[in-house]
Amino acid sequence: MSQLAYVAPSSPEEAATALAATGARPLSGGTDLLVQLRAGRVKPDVIVDLKRVAGAIGIREEAGGYVIGGATSGAVLGEHVGLVRAWPGVVEGANLIGSTQVQGRASLAGNLCNASPAADGVPALIAARATCVIVGPNGRREAPVEAIATGPGQTSLSPGEFILEFRLPPRPARASDAYLRLIPRTEMDIAVAGVGVNLVLDAQGRVAQAHVALGAVAPTALLVAEAGAALVGGRLDEASLAAMEAAARAACRPISDKRGTANYRTRIAGVLARRAALIAFARAGGQL
Amino acid sequence: MSKAHVTTTVNGDPVEFLATPGMTLLDALRDELNLTGAKEGCGSGDCGACSVTVDGRLVCSCLVLAPEVEGRRVTTIEGMAQGGQLHMLQQKFLEHAALQCGFCTPGFLVAAKALLDVNPDPTETETRYWLAGNLCRCTGYDKIIRAVMDAAAELRQEKIA
Amino acid sequence: MSETLEKPAAAAVLNVVGTRPIRPDGADKVTGRATYGADFNMPGQLVGKILRSPHAHARIVSIDAGKARGLPGVKAVVTAADFPDLASEMHEGGEQASNLRDLSLNVMARGKALYDGHAVAAVAAVSTEVADAALALIKVTYEVLPHVTEVEDAMASGAPLLHAHLFTEGLPAKPASASNIARRHYNERGDIAQAFAAADVVVEQRYTTQAVHQGYIEPHACVAAWAEDGRCEVWSSSQGQFMVRTYCAKVLGREISDIRVTPAEIGGGFGGKTTVYLEPVALALSRASGHPVKMVMSRDEVFRATGPTSGSVMHVKLGATADGTITAAKVELKFQAGAFPGSPVGAACMTALACYDLANFTITGWDVVTNTPKVAAYRAPGAPIVAFAVESAVDELAVKLGMDPIAIREKNAVHNGTKAAYGPTFQNIGYVETLAAIRDSDHYKAPLGRNQGRGLAVGFWFNIGGESTAAVHIGEDGSAVVVTGNPDIGGSRASMAMMAAETLGLPVERVRPMIADTASIGYSMLTGGSRTTFATGMAVVQAAEQVVAELRKRAAKLWETTVEQVEWKGGQARCLDPAKPDKKPLTLEALAAQSGRMGGPISAQVSLNAQGAGPGFGVHLCDVEVDPDTGRVDVVRYTAAQDVGKAIHPAYVEGQVQGGVAQGVGWALNEAYIFDRDGKMENAGFLDYRMPVASDLPMLDTILVEVPNPRHPFGAKGVGEVPIVPPLAAVANAVRAAIGVRMPDLPLSPPVVLAAMDRRQG
Repeated sequence: MSQLAYVAPSSPEEAATALAATGARPLSGGTDLLVQLRAGRVKPDVIVDLKRVAGAIGIREEAGGYVIGGATSGAVLGEHVGLVRAWPGVVEGANLIGSTQVQGRASLAGNLCNASPAADGVPALIAARATCVIVGPNGRREAPVEAIATGPGQTSLSPGEFILEFRLPPRPARASDAYLRLIPRTEMDIAVAGVGVNLVLDAQGRVAQAHVALGAVAPTALLVAEAGAALVGGRLDEASLAAMEAAARAACRPISDKRGTANYRTRIAGVLARRAALIAFARAGGQL
Repeated sequence: MSKAHVTTTVNGDPVEFLATPGMTLLDALRDELNLTGAKEGCGSGDCGACSVTVDGRLVCSCLVLAPEVEGRRVTTIEGMAQGGQLHMLQQKFLEHAALQCGFCTPGFLVAAKALLDVNPDPTETETRYWLAGNLCRCTGYDKIIRAVMDAAAELRQEKIA
Repeated sequence: MSETLEKPAAAAVLNVVGTRPIRPDGADKVTGRATYGADFNMPGQLVGKILRSPHAHARIVSIDAGKARGLPGVKAVVTAADFPDLASEMHEGGEQASNLRDLSLNVMARGKALYDGHAVAAVAAVSTEVADAALALIKVTYEVLPHVTEVEDAMASGAPLLHAHLFTEGLPAKPASASNIARRHYNERGDIAQAFAAADVVVEQRYTTQAVHQGYIEPHACVAAWAEDGRCEVWSSSQGQFMVRTYCAKVLGREISDIRVTPAEIGGGFGGKTTVYLEPVALALSRASGHPVKMVMSRDEVFRATGPTSGSVMHVKLGATADGTITAAKVELKFQAGAFPGSPVGAACMTALACYDLANFTITGWDVVTNTPKVAAYRAPGAPIVAFAVESAVDELAVKLGMDPIAIREKNAVHNGTKAAYGPTFQNIGYVETLAAIRDSDHYKAPLGRNQGRGLAVGFWFNIGGESTAAVHIGEDGSAVVVTGNPDIGGSRASMAMMAAETLGLPVERVRPMIADTASIGYSMLTGGSRTTFATGMAVVQAAEQVVAELRKRAAKLWETTVEQVEWKGGQARCLDPAKPDKKPLTLEALAAQSGRMGGPISAQVSLNAQGAGPGFGVHLCDVEVDPDTGRVDVVRYTAAQDVGKAIHPAYVEGQVQGGVAQGVGWALNEAYIFDRDGKMENAGFLDYRMPVASDLPMLDTILVEVPNPRHPFGAKGVGEVPIVPPLAAVANAVRAAIGVRMPDLPLSPPVVLAAMDRRQG
């Protein structure tokens, strides 16, 4: 029988040391880890609870942007008025992970590092051009969110490394974002497809910057530069929306499984990209 | 097999127990503390029957490791009625016949109370989405939603009075 | 919104029946005190766990449990060798008959594992951790066999055979070779060939449905103790403690008198807890270990190893004349039975055309074994499946004829005096009244929004009576205890207490309903078949009437008059004797207080076999909205009308209707067993077996139509099963109305609906 230890370090350095041990697994919100433990899919020797690490929980403003502790629960994100105003798409992505109960626990760092292709918290973070502050045995480094997951259940983190916090860039005026996903029910499902769109408008109300990220249509969430580029310079006229939709679909390389066929996922990614773009545009104050 | 010693607060009372490796808060409540009001319907956070609050935050106790609640405040269904009086939500569940088999009921009540604590005047849609993590197979939810909305209305009236 | 449409003739003066008191077990259930299957523990108990086949079909070559037995803390390991090898024997226990040999083989595989999740061995150990470790040490050598999960594949010649000695029953002659087809059901009337030839319009379609699970939130759980003298105690959550007693005795080769079963609170069943899975295993482990053994299933085990209901392939052909008269019907049903015979296809054949007065039809049903979990009863077993096909076909006829969906059903409706397609002649049914209730509803007249469609469907269920026992005991303070042998699955304690209170003239709060163990009350068939309020309720009322008779006798003695001169009214004996005008009424309290001097305690017990359960009809109306870009379907409005005879506690009757609707909507839209290429269930959890959540549904409006059942003291009919029959078709017909394409394959998941819209656009 396995021996399973539980530690709850208080400093990032202690956490990195504990995580560097063989058989160590990080515990953030635990909403994936405990399910995997129970199903016997993971058999760690030690669980390192990151929630008591200094800086792992909380939201603060720094250098004009927001810093979100990696283990901060979705519920806390949803209650932060300033964050919701600046990054409604990032928050709605995080808030779509599971039920109210799961929201009381699930974190962005956990959602990202669980590395499910369908993680709801991730596309909007990527579209937001967010970065992660990674702490490990060799110190700190910063990486873009899209650099973390490398495939289903796989990350680029080295042994001992964990995500301490996320950094969201400063938000100019006339900017907003949106995240949409499709599930068969209204709640409690894994995304068949998900799309985050982040727009910055110029003074004339035209799209100055656009980032489109897709979830559940490839082994990892995708940042689709062509889809974003299709929106730049216009006011989401039909031609640019159609071009964006086509670019989004062209980037999809999904699998068919119990949750959806490849064709269906690809088609829905386009539908959601268009809808999410329109929502983000309206939120940013754009006029069609 | 090493066990972790956990000191915490449950329904306002200080408690201690020994947690086996991998023991969830749900197991600890049911097997160590004999509080069987929280139920296991799935063990994967998909049914809400094990709902409790930790430091006031609604969670599935099946998705919490028992040692995580060291020094926290846990509340369960057993802590809802106070001084021999049912909570308004409990009373309204009975008046509206919002339960049939009753197995999901403790989870619904704990979740509904957490809703009213943060939103005393929820819309029907807000109530339905807040409770979407609580599965009920008997009622079709109609009477549960009505009971929660009615309890909310009465609690608002009580506050004014 | 809910309303009750009462027939004036039924209106008698009732003080309790028809009101909405708080249920007697309410406080326990809102405080977490109520004790369900997994909430009970015995001193010194062990943890029991089951090792399950990872293969859909495999010969069990050998089981080596040596290492598991040697693990410290392991107290017993059992396999099929620890159970008697039973002969084939049918047992009638409630809703569906069971073959005891199959039951035994489903509890523990012998020789072959027949589905992914089939139990092959079990352990009892001092802890969950040790039990899990022991399971991992049991070495089972399998010879994997070809498997078959789909019903038509299983019927094909050359299909992998589950049972070498299964020969199709119900054919004119015994077939020459074994097959997976266990039985053919057949029923006919008139001449369909001639009738189809004469029809103005004919519709014909193949329909399919998938296996779905009852989805009760409480996993199966029990504690069992086998004492050294052979006496056994079982505490478990089930739909019938007597059912558990009988099945445990049979599977273990014991006498019924050896076993006492105490019912725990039951956290939902819907038919799925009308059989045993764990209890005989826990007893065998207890015998082998000398300790009580507790067993609790995981959700994964519930899905993989307990009863779903059948997936199906159906063909329905209907012919009608231009005025909407259905002249001919041809129905063929192929149902998955799972690993052993016994799909509900027989009941499906009987209910298929029960709402229609037809001169010409044939109905054929095939019961087919497959390498999937053995099906168990699920709420009106078989009826929702066939109603999906038949009600879709009737809807198609209405579309083709340009007829209103209620008008075509009224034109062909069964009435009192109609000889039903399944045999009996209907009496005291409320079908056309229920159709009228929907036609007169606001919902039926309400406008629809964009991308919305409205569907209507009807449904029928027999409802049953059967054997029940009830006892009524009067306390010395004049209160009453009502004891029955039926687990309370949805509020039946309330209806039992109410019927007793009404009969005795007591306030309902003065009646305490109890559910007794198998040694403390007479035999009662399980809670199922919508029988409890009808049949057990009848026993309760008769027992209360015997109590009243005794009370009148005692009052007559006190007043020195004849019992005929004593009336029982409002909980009091009243003297009618004109010669004794000074006799003041005697309350129940007063009579109870004197019982010591008047012949002793006042009690009565009635055992009966109730006949005349009135069949039930439901008419459902559903509005959906379809997302034109994604195919997602939202149910936006729903009204269900049902003839309930008389609602004893209307709130719990509404609740039954609403619950049936929600299950039916889930079945229609998202629920389905998904098997991978190896025949393993891919979605054995609530995450991917998508039952409706609160945000998936609107309020579910109900209309209770009360056409009383004269065979019940208060006019009640069974209500629990009818409401799951119409929703599958009501939803599918609504989607058809929204998108203009007939939807013959469930579930109507977003990709399926989007593909149908693509076909329309061509």
